[in-house]
Amino acid sequence: MKALKSKLAGNNTSIKQLLAEKAIYIVLVALLVLVIIVEPKFLSFGNFKNIFAQSATRIIIALAAGMVLIIQGVDLSTGRMIGLAAVISASLLQSASYAYRMYPNLQELPIIVPILLVMVICAVLGLITGVAVSIFKVPPFIATLAMSLILYGLSSIYFDRPPYGAQPIGGITKEFTKLATGSIGIGGLKIPYLIIYALIICVAIWILWNKTRFGKYMFAVGGNPEAAKVSGVNVIRTQISVYALAGMMYALAAALEVARIGSASNTTGNGYELDAVAACVVGGVSLSGGVGSVGGIVIGVLIFTVINYGLAFIGVNMYFQYIIKGLIILLAVIIDMRKYVKKK
Amino acid sequence: MGAGSSEYLLEMNHISKQFPGVKALDDVCFRVRPGTVHSLMGENGAGKSTLMKCLFGIYTPDSGEILIDGKKVNITCPAEALAYHVSMVHQELNQVLHQSVMENMWLGRYPGKNGFIDEKKMYKDTKEILDRLNIDVDPRKKVGTLPVSQKQMVEIAKAVSYNARVIVMDEPTSSLTEKEVEHLFSIIETLKKNNTSIIYISHKMEEILRISDEVTVMRDGRWIATKPASELTIDDIIRMMVGRELTERYPRKETEPGEVLLEVQNLSSMSPAFEDVSFTLHRGEILGIAGLVGSKRTELLETLFGIRRKGRGRILMNGKEIENKSPLDAMKNGFAMLTEERRSNGIFACLNVSFNMIIANLAQYSKNGFLSNNRIRQDVQKMIDAMNIKTPSARTNISNLSGGNQQKVILSRWLLTQPEVLLLDEPTRGIDVGAKYEIYQLMNKLASEGKGIIVVSSEMPELLGICDRILVMSNGRQSDIFRADETTQVKIMEASAKYL
Repeated sequence: MKALKSKLAGNNTSIKQLLAEKAIYIVLVALLVLVIIVEPKFLSFGNFKNIFAQSATRIIIALAAGMVLIIQGVDLSTGRMIGLAAVISASLLQSASYAYRMYPNLQELPIIVPILLVMVICAVLGLITGVAVSIFKVPPFIATLAMSLILYGLSSIYFDRPPYGAQPIGGITKEFTKLATGSIGIGGLKIPYLIIYALIICVAIWILWNKTRFGKYMFAVGGNPEAAKVSGVNVIRTQISVYALAGMMYALAAALEVARIGSASNTTGNGYELDAVAACVVGGVSLSGGVGSVGGIVIGVLIFTVINYGLAFIGVNMYFQYIIKGLIILLAVIIDMRKYVKKK
Repeated sequence: MGAGSSEYLLEMNHISKQFPGVKALDDVCFRVRPGTVHSLMGENGAGKSTLMKCLFGIYTPDSGEILIDGKKVNITCPAEALAYHVSMVHQELNQVLHQSVMENMWLGRYPGKNGFIDEKKMYKDTKEILDRLNIDVDPRKKVGTLPVSQKQMVEIAKAVSYNARVIVMDEPTSSLTEKEVEHLFSIIETLKKNNTSIIYISHKMEEILRISDEVTVMRDGRWIATKPASELTIDDIIRMMVGRELTERYPRKETEPGEVLLEVQNLSSMSPAFEDVSFTLHRGEILGIAGLVGSKRTELLETLFGIRRKGRGRILMNGKEIENKSPLDAMKNGFAMLTEERRSNGIFACLNVSFNMIIANLAQYSKNGFLSNNRIRQDVQKMIDAMNIKTPSARTNISNLSGGNQQKVILSRWLLTQPEVLLLDEPTRGIDVGAKYEIYQLMNKLASEGKGIIVVSSEMPELLGICDRILVMSNGRQSDIFRADETTQVKIMEASAKYL
C-alpha cells in the first residue's frame, strides 16, 4: 500500500524514468502495432509461431554470447564456431541414400552422436579461447578474433575437399531434420519443437545464472574481478568455464540450424556474432560486464526477429530494415548509458 | 620466540620482496598478539600494503616465513588466507556493485545444496552478522545503491563473517563519518573480546593512538620499530615514519590575504545538492571547506568549476560576474581544480609525467596546429624542479610515482594554466606525511603569489593548520565561516552537525 502510494505520489520525473527504462519494450510493442495496423492479417497464431521458431536458435546463441559479455568479454568467434559445428555435424548426419555423401561408407549414426561430438569439440575450442583470455591475458576481442580466423580456416578445409568440393552439405537425414521442423500438438495448437528447445534452454540458463554458485561467480567476475579474486573466487576457472559452456551452446545451436535449414556450408553462421551482441545489448546486457538477464536477452532477440519477419511481412524494403536495426541498437545503448550517467 | 610459542597469533618473520628495480620489503618482521589491535604505520611506499598482500596471498614473498599459532603456513592465494581465518578489508572497496549485500558477503563461499544456492540461509546468516554488528542495511539491497560509508561497513561485516582470527583493515575509516568511526571502534572492541586480532592501517594518527595496543612503523620497505601505543606520541610516530625531525606539521603561512578576488553570492546547484552558499575569497587567502561526508563540499567545488550546473546565485571574479558552464569556461576564467579521486579522474595512469602535466594546457604550446616539443620540455622540467617531483624523468610513466609525487604532477598541470583561483579537493588524501608538508608549502607559496585557494579536506587539524578561514558545510547548507586561528575542532564539529 505504502509502495503504491509513493509510486502514485512520484512526480512525472519518475514516470519519465520508467518510460526511459522500459523504452526498449515500448519499441517492440510499437513495431508490432505498426505491423498490425498496416497488415491486420499479421495477427495470427501462425505468424507468432514463426517468429518464435525463427528466434529459437538465435536465443540459444545470444544467451551464450551474453555470458561472455557478462564476464567482461566479447565473442567474435560465435559465427565461425557455429560454422564449424554445422559442417561437422551435417557431414555426419547425411542420409544413407543421399548420392553426394561426404563419407560414403559411413553408416548412419544415432543422431545424438554427432550432436554430442560437436558440443565436445566446441567446448574444447571455447576452453582454448578461455585459457588465452584468462591465463595469458589476451584481450577477448583479439583472442576471439584470432579464434574465428582459425575456425574459418579449419571449417573451410574440412568442407572444401574432394570429391565434391565446396558444395553445401545436404541430404540430411529426415530423422534429424524432424528435430527442428517437427511440432507437438497441445490442445489443437501445434508448437514447434524448436520453441520447446529454446524454452528448456532458457529455463536451464536462468537457473544456472540465478540459482547456482557458478552463475553468481560469473556475475561477480564480470562485475568486479578484483573483488571476486580477493573473496576467494577462482576467477580463471570461471572465465574458462564460461567460454567452454558458450562453445557447447553454439554447437547445439549449430546442430539445430543444420536440422532447420537442411544443409550446411562453411558460411553457415556468418554474422551471427554481431547479431548476438546486438540482441544482448538491446536486451540490457552491459558491455562493461556484470549485468544481464535471460529475459532481457530473449526480448532482444525477439525484437530483431520481429524487425526481420514483421517488416518483411508488410513489405518494408530489406535495406530499410538494416537502417531500423542500426537505429534500435543505438537507441538501446543510449537508454542504457543514461541510467548510469549521473545527473549533474 | 620460536615455533610453538603462543605469545603471538601471527608472525611474519624476515619477509623480503623484490620488484623490478625496487626492494619493496627488506627483512621485515611483524608479530601480532591475540586479541589486540596492532597498527601498521609508514608513509606511502613504505611497504605496508605489500606486507599485507604477502600475508593475504596476493604476493608471494621472496624469502621469510609466516607462522599462525606458531605453525608455519604457506599462503599462495586469497582463498588460502581466508581458510586460515585471515581476512582483509581492502583499501579500494572490492565489491560487486550490481550484486546484493548478501551476495557480496558470501562471495566465494555461497551456502549451497547440490550446487544450488541456499538463499534463505544466506539471507539469515547475513542478517545475523549485520544485526550482531549493529549495521542497519538490508541484505537484499544492491551494494551499488549504498552510500560509500555503508559500503565500507558492509566490507567490514564481510571480513568479520569469515570467523576471522586476524582482520587486516586498510584505511577503513577513509570514507566514514565521525559517528560511523565510533561504530567501527565499538565493533573492533567486540572483536578484541572474542580474541580476534586487528591489523590496522591508517594515516590518521589520532585514531591510531586511540585504538591501538601496539604500533609498528615501517620506512622504505624496512621495519623501524614496534612499540606499545601507550608509550608513543604523534610526533614520535611521525619522526619514525619520515626518519627526520619535523618541527611542525604545518608550515607557517606568512602572507596576509589582500583584495577580494572571488565573490560567491547565494550559490545553489541545479539538482538539489546544496543551496545558498555565500563567501568571498581574497588574493593570497587559503579558504578551507569543512563538513562531514555527504555535506556536499565536493559538489560546491564542482559547481564553481562548471562540472555541475549552477542553479541560482552569482559568481563574481574581480568584481565582474562570470558564468562557468563547463570546465573549459572555468579555466578561461582563471580557475583550476584538483579533483578528489586522483586515480579515477586525475591521472592518465598509462601515460608519462610530461603528458600528464601538459594535457590541460595544450593551446599554449601549439603553433599552426602543431605542438612545440621544446617549450613543452622546458616547462615540464621547470615544474619538476620547482615542485621537487621525484621522478627518474619526464618520460616516466606516472603510475610508477608515489601518490604524493603524482599529486604534485597534477598540481603542476593546473599551475601551468596560470590560474587565479585554485580549487583543491582533498589534496593530501592518501599521501604520506613528508609529501603532505611539501604540498602545504606549495599552497603557501601560491598564496604569496596572490592566488586564491579553496581547499576541501576531511582532516580538521589540516584545515586548522593551513587555512586563513574555514567555511563549514552541513547537509548541503552553509552553516558557518570561522577564522582558523579563532576556532577549534569542537566548534567545527558542532557547525558540521547544525543542519543534520
